[in-house]
Amino acid sequence: MTRQSSRSAHSGPAIETSNLVKVFGETRAVDGVDLTVPTGTVYGVLGPNGAGKTTAVKVLATLLRPDGGEARVFGHDVVAEADAVRGRVSLTGQYASVDEDLTGTENLVLLGRLLGHRRAAARARAAELLAAFGLSRAAGRQVKHYSGGMRRRIDIAASILNTPDLLFLDEPTTGLDPRSRNQVWEIVRAVVAQGTTVLLTTQYLDEADQLASRIAVIDHGRVIAEGTKGELKASVGAGSVHLRLREAEQRPRAERVLAAVLGESVELGADPLALTARITAADGSKGPAAAELAARALADLAGQGVVVDNFSLGQPSLDEVFLALTDRRPVDAPAVDEQPAAEGRERGREG
Amino acid sequence: MSGTSTTQTRGEELAPVTTEDLTALLVGGERPPRPSALSASLTFGWRAVLKIKHVPEQLFDVTAFPIMMVLMYTYLFGGALAGSTTAYLQFVLPGILVMSVVMITMYTGVSVNTDIEKGVFDRFRTLPIWRPAPMVGYLLGDVLRYTVASAVMMTVGLVMGFRPAGGVVGVLAGVALLLVFSFCFSWAWTMFGLMLRSEKSVMGVSMMVLFPLAFLSNIFVDPATMPGWLQAFVNNNPVSHLTSAVRVLMDGGWPPTEIAWTLGWGAALTAVFGTITMRLYNRK
Repeated sequence: MTRQSSRSAHSGPAIETSNLVKVFGETRAVDGVDLTVPTGTVYGVLGPNGAGKTTAVKVLATLLRPDGGEARVFGHDVVAEADAVRGRVSLTGQYASVDEDLTGTENLVLLGRLLGHRRAAARARAAELLAAFGLSRAAGRQVKHYSGGMRRRIDIAASILNTPDLLFLDEPTTGLDPRSRNQVWEIVRAVVAQGTTVLLTTQYLDEADQLASRIAVIDHGRVIAEGTKGELKASVGAGSVHLRLREAEQRPRAERVLAAVLGESVELGADPLALTARITAADGSKGPAAAELAARALADLAGQGVVVDNFSLGQPSLDEVFLALTDRRPVDAPAVDEQPAAEGRERGREG
Repeated sequence: MSGTSTTQTRGEELAPVTTEDLTALLVGGERPPRPSALSASLTFGWRAVLKIKHVPEQLFDVTAFPIMMVLMYTYLFGGALAGSTTAYLQFVLPGILVMSVVMITMYTGVSVNTDIEKGVFDRFRTLPIWRPAPMVGYLLGDVLRYTVASAVMMTVGLVMGFRPAGGVVGVLAGVALLLVFSFCFSWAWTMFGLMLRSEKSVMGVSMMVLFPLAFLSNIFVDPATMPGWLQAFVNNNPVSHLTSAVRVLMDGGWPPTEIAWTLGWGAALTAVFGTITMRLYNRK
């Protein structure tokens, strides 16, 4: 926090864009994006493949020149004052932004030297970071022999060699197993706790939910929804309850109970034993949490003598967010069978 | 939410990072001043050297190729052109040296081309450093390769009977001039490396440029017997100026005009292709 005050007098948002446009040939990869990212927070940019997330990040990180609009990072224009921006940001790309031919140590020493550290200091810093990221034993191995999780870690380590004021994490957990993903999340939390602003792009609502305080949903280069997690969830629903009954003839009764407790229309699956109901409860203060509502529904079902064989409570998926916001499924995301498209369309009007 | 806290506990067990460790890392350490242009370029040069260390096979083109050239041209043309291979060697070795090193400059373009698409370039381009530093780094690494090639060829030449009148000083002066020119000339390849889509097209274009430059010169024969229009090209070919200069230097002379022409060409090539390279690099 002392870092923040000593670095710059800028007190505005970390990122501000207005009507940002980037065109590749016929494709408008970024098509009029307005974003305001408050300093010191994790800001999630959520969208499917090809939505324009990476392009937007590249423009903000001074890798691409915008074709229209304006973008400022800590008050510096990304085109006119690119060098000032570069002094304060770090980028961890979708693919490892380290040299695969070099070892872990060599990569970090190289970057340390490029950031102005003397040789001994760069070596010491590299060793510290490798130890802290659990990579000491792999330090002398070429990065091309690292596992996916190790690559992410060395990549993030490279990004925080000098603690940046703004860290771009472009899909940091895509392709990682759950354990490595959790580790990346822990690192992100620790970085943010030190006052760094993080712009995180992701395809997973779950990830944005875990880390981000504000989320922008982006599709076809446009921001189609923006707000706090709570706001976004309220517009999408808190998730769905999936039930499987023991006896098919109990299904109408179960439907009535669920409708009474959850207040939403209940969908009957093709399977005569299955039911799905959406939960629209808001997070935290506004009303009972999703899990609490689901528990209440289960208790009522038991009270009515309905035997439930199987029960699950699902978070709204990116798929559902997209259905709710855009009337259609994201092109690249796998379709979810249980969610009838008609429901999504209805709800789309709100978003 | 109860779900969140469970994940968190499990994450901490597995995480390689204890939050305190990381916190200490993040707050510790002042931000050093940005490195000078020279320091950044040398660091990128070090990267090129590290790559050679990890993939030593890439030295094949600067060792085997030059040896092959010396042997081939000396024994192929020696008897016919100069009466004996030893006599021809005195004339042709500086030229072959120039030709080999100028030819292997094209690998600069190939390595830029294969490297630039990788993620690490995005990181370099977001660093607050002197912009041409990564490109200069390539060239510095390549100068090392040219030095290796020169050393190999001079050794083979000496073994075969090359006896330069200029001695050690003359040979070193000749090699130094060659390295300076090759450094400047390589900017053409960084440009093509950034401009062209594939490694193959870089190789193709390199050959189209290099063959006329290398062969339409005074490397193999005295241009006096060539038709006038060809002489016009050969005598103004920068490779001819360079070859004459290296030849005279190794023979113990001091050719100020040829040296001036060579350095002038070098400056012009750097100014033109260096500028285009940096424009392409910034636009990428």
